[in-house]
Amino acid sequence: MSAAPPKPQRPSSWTVRVREAGVAALPPEKLLPDGQPTYVASWIYVFGVATIASLVVILISGSILALKGPAWWHYTGVGHFFNSIHMWAVELFFFVMVVHLWGKYWMAAWRGGRARVWMTGAVTFLIAIPTALTGYVSQQNFDAQWISTQAKDGLNSVGVGAFFNVTNFGQMYSYHVWLLPLAIVGLVAAHVLLVRNHGVVPPFDLDKRAAALSAAKPDADGPAAASTGGQS
Amino acid sequence: MNFLGSSVLGAVFNLNHPAHTVDWSFIHMAVANVVVIVLMLVVFVLALLLPFPGAAHRRGGGS
Repeated sequence: MSAAPPKPQRPSSWTVRVREAGVAALPPEKLLPDGQPTYVASWIYVFGVATIASLVVILISGSILALKGPAWWHYTGVGHFFNSIHMWAVELFFFVMVVHLWGKYWMAAWRGGRARVWMTGAVTFLIAIPTALTGYVSQQNFDAQWISTQAKDGLNSVGVGAFFNVTNFGQMYSYHVWLLPLAIVGLVAAHVLLVRNHGVVPPFDLDKRAAALSAAKPDADGPAAASTGGQS
Repeated sequence: MNFLGSSVLGAVFNLNHPAHTVDWSFIHMAVANVVVIVLMLVVFVLALLLPFPGAAHRRGGGS
């Protein structure tokens, strides 16, 4: 009677398990690729990275404003300058993020198992809205007073005014400089890692051709491998 | 208006009045917001139509 082959032992260390799961999900060549499929050579694929670039400017200018305190931008020229950089970076962030959203919506970017990529992007957009709102009501000027009193009526009408009080500067400032940016940065990181994991969504015609190829050759690599096209 | 840029822009755009708005049925929007939305649409269409630098070379099989 022959002995049964030894079962592969599950590593006892959680760090090893996490490392192995991480490398399996995102091998180095996927995490930091040296090329993208040829179909990515289009301006419509530029707006995701443009959103991240404007987010970096927002975070840097916002960090400087936070370090100097919530009155600096009113009484110094340099503070006013960084406040303007912060505000215009937010304008650009929303502008390019909306174009990115339109592009991905019309190419149905949730195809091919990319639902989580779409959802993390959509939730980031939804969280970016209160992040901007809390910034507007943290300005400490008449504009902030006007916006906060108008917003308070709206928020009270849906029953969240007691938990999210837009006339409470301390609460709004905490949301604006810490809680909501933390959520956005975490979601954007997850979004980028999921894009790395699944690859950039291919155009419709490539997707159909890959599915047909996969049906004709069952032993082929499958639609995901075929749909990525040539590397550039 | 502390800055030269603000002064110049202030001379070009007179902001000393209530916002101009567009009223179309229940839609009531500031002209500035309408301009931004139109700009986004223009940029979106241009992104689809304009050729990307080097795209033809890449599709031809170059690296």
